[in-house]
Amino acid sequence: MNGQHQSDNPVTTRSGDPAASPLVRFDAVSKRFAGVTAVDGVSLDIYPGEFFALLGPSGCGKTTLLRTLAGFETPDSGRVLLNGEDLTRVPPHRRPVNMMFQSYALFPHLTVAGNVAFGLKQDGLPQEEIAARIAEMLALLRLEGLEARKPHQLSGGQRQRVALARALVKHPRVLLLDEPLAALDKKLRGETQFELMRLKERLGLTFVIVTHDQEEAMTVASRIGVMNHGRLVQVATPSEIYEQPNSRWVADFIGDVNLIDGRVAEKTTVVTTVATTPAGTIRAAASDAKPGDSVAVALRPEKIRIGREVPPASLNAVEGEVAAIGYLGDFSIYKVRLADGFVMEAAAANVARVIERPVSIGDRVWLSWATDAGVVLTQ
Amino acid sequence: MRRGLSFVNVTALALGLAFLYLPILILVIYSFNASRLVTIWGGWSTRWYVSLLGNQAILDAAWISLRIAFLAACVATVLGTLAALALVRAGRFRGRLLFSGLVYAPLVMPEVITGLALLLLFVAVDIERGFWTVTIAHTTLTMGFVTVIVQARLLGFDRSLEEAAMDLGAPPLRTFMTVTLPLIAPAIAAGWVLAFMLSLDDFVIANFTTGPGARTLPIHIYSEVRLGVKPEINAICTIIVAVVALGIVAASLLTKLSGAKPESSGAPL
Ligand SMILES: Nc1ncnc2c1ncn2[C@@H]1O[C@H](COP(=O)(O)OP(=O)(O)OP(=O)(O)O)[C@@H](O)[C@H]1O
Ligand SMILES: [Mg+2]
Repeated sequence: MNGQHQSDNPVTTRSGDPAASPLVRFDAVSKRFAGVTAVDGVSLDIYPGEFFALLGPSGCGKTTLLRTLAGFETPDSGRVLLNGEDLTRVPPHRRPVNMMFQSYALFPHLTVAGNVAFGLKQDGLPQEEIAARIAEMLALLRLEGLEARKPHQLSGGQRQRVALARALVKHPRVLLLDEPLAALDKKLRGETQFELMRLKERLGLTFVIVTHDQEEAMTVASRIGVMNHGRLVQVATPSEIYEQPNSRWVADFIGDVNLIDGRVAEKTTVVTTVATTPAGTIRAAASDAKPGDSVAVALRPEKIRIGREVPPASLNAVEGEVAAIGYLGDFSIYKVRLADGFVMEAAAANVARVIERPVSIGDRVWLSWATDAGVVLTQ
Repeated sequence: MRRGLSFVNVTALALGLAFLYLPILILVIYSFNASRLVTIWGGWSTRWYVSLLGNQAILDAAWISLRIAFLAACVATVLGTLAALALVRAGRFRGRLLFSGLVYAPLVMPEVITGLALLLLFVAVDIERGFWTVTIAHTTLTMGFVTVIVQARLLGFDRSLEEAAMDLGAPPLRTFMTVTLPLIAPAIAAGWVLAFMLSLDDFVIANFTTGPGARTLPIHIYSEVRLGVKPEINAICTIIVAVVALGIVAASLLTKLSGAKPESSGAPL
C-alpha cells in the first residue's frame, strides 16, 4: 500500500532526494517467529540523506525490520537491497551499515578508545589513520579526555555518545539506531535529538531510527513509517502524518484527536459534508469518500476554537458544556460534553494568565472549526 | 523475630563447623607435632615438613598428581567450554536434552561406578593402565563441572555485544576471540581451577584406573596409612588442605569477578 503511496504522491523531504534511486529498499519483507508474524510484507524505500523514523507501538516489529537490514534476522520471504544490491544473504559483518544498539552494547573489557577503534581495526586500517579517526570522532561527540575510561566509568549520556561514535566512525552508508535515546532523561533526550540531526547533516549520512516515541520521530525525522502489527500503515513526512492521517488508527496513534463518526451526505471538489455525527453536520476537507459511505472525521483539538460567543456561520459549530479542564502549562485541554453526551476535546494556548481564564467547568460554550480542519477517514 | 544470630543459631553454626573442620584441624595440629608417635603431643615442630623433602616416594607421587591434574584440567576446560557453548548457543538441536544429561551425569554418578566403567573400558580396548589412563579418567570426571560453570556465565551473557562486534565488521570467529572469550575468561579459569582440584584429590577413580608406576598422591597416602599413620603423612595432608583452600578461594574469586563484570555497558551503575 505504501509503495503506491510513494509513487503517486512523491514526498519531498527536508534533505532526502526522492528523485534519486533508493539507498535502501525493503521488498515485501516478512519475518515470522514461532507463531508471531513480526514483520508482514513490508515494502519501503529509503533515500540517500534521509532521516527515516520507524514508529509504532511496542511489539509492532520495528526492531525486527531494522535487524533484517543490519543482518541479524534473515527474512522468511522478500529481499533487502542496499543501492540495488541484494543484501538478504550477506552476513552482518560484510554489510556497509552500522547499528547503534538500544542497550548500547559497549564492550565492557575495552576502553572508550578501544570501543571506537574496534570497527576500524576490523577493516585493517593503518594505526595512524585509526588514531586520527578516533580523535576526530571523539572531538565531534565531545568525548575528549575520556579515551582511557572503561564503559562502567561513564555516565549514561557519555555511554550513549560512545556507542554513537563507535557506529559513526566507520562512515556507514546507513546508520541504524534502535531506540537510541530511550534510556536518557527527557532533557538530555531533547538535546541529543538535535545532536543527531546536526551529526547527520554534518556527515551527510542516511539515518534510520526506531522509536515508539512519536514526539521524537516528529522532531528528528524527515519521513516517518508508521507500523502496526508488522505492517507499514502510512509512510509520509511528519506534518502529513499529523495533518493527513490515512486511517483512524494512525490519527488516533499520533497525537490527540477527536474521531467523529458519520455518513457522507454530499461532496464537492473542496468540501465533504458529513451528516448524522454527534456534532451535527460537519463540513470537512475534500476526500475520496462517496456519498453514503460511513466515515470518521478526524479533528485535532488545537484546531477547535472554544468561546462563549456564537461563532460565524462560515465555521462548523456545536454547543456544549465544559466537563473538565486539564491545565498543561502552555496549553489547556477542555473536555466539552455535547447535547447527546459525546465528549469533544479542544485545546487552547494559555495566552492570558490563569486568573483571566475565560472558561470554567460547567460553562456553556461554543466549539468552532474551519472547513479544512477536519480530515475524512474511510478506514 | 530478632535479626542476626541468636544463641541457637550460633550453637548450630559452631556445631556444624566443628563437625566439618575439627578432624582437619586435628590433622593440621598434629602435622606440627614434634613427637614421632602420632597420638602423643611432643611440642611444636616443623621437622616432618623438612623430612618430607627427603621422602622421594611422596615427592614422586606428588609430581605425578600435579602433572595429571594439570593435563586433565586443561583438556577438561577445553572440552567443557565447548560443551557449554554447544548447550547454550546451538539452539534446540536434536538430542540437546540427552547431550546435557550426558554431560551432567558424571557429576552425580557414584565415583565407584565411573571408576569401574572406565576400568572396564581400558581393559576392553587393552590400553596400558598408568599415567595416561588416570589423566583420561580425570578429564571425564571434571569436564562436567567446567561445563556447569561456563554455561552459567554464557546464560547471563548479553548477546548484543557479539552482534555489535559483527556489526562492526568482525567475522564470527574473531568475534568469539575478541569479545566472547575475554568476557567469559574468568568463568573458564574458575572451571580450570576446580577441575585441577578435583583431579588432585581424587582417590577412587584414580585407584580404579591407575597401573604400575603411576601412584598418585592420594593413592600413596592411602597405602602408607594402611601401614600406620606417620607424622609425615599429616604434613603432606596439611599441604594438600592448604592447596585446596587456596584453589577454592581462587575459584570463587574468579566466579565473582565474572559475575560482577557489568554485563552490558548500558546497565546503570
Ligand atoms: N527472537 C525472537 N523470537 C520470538 N519472537 C520474537 C523475537 N524477536 C521478536 N519477536 C516478536 O516479534 C514481535 C515484534 O518484535 P519487535 O522486537 O520487532 O518489536 P518492536 O516494535 O521493536 O517493539 P518495542 O517497541 O517493544 O521494542 C513481538 O511480538 C516479539 O515478541
Ligand atoms: Mg524494539
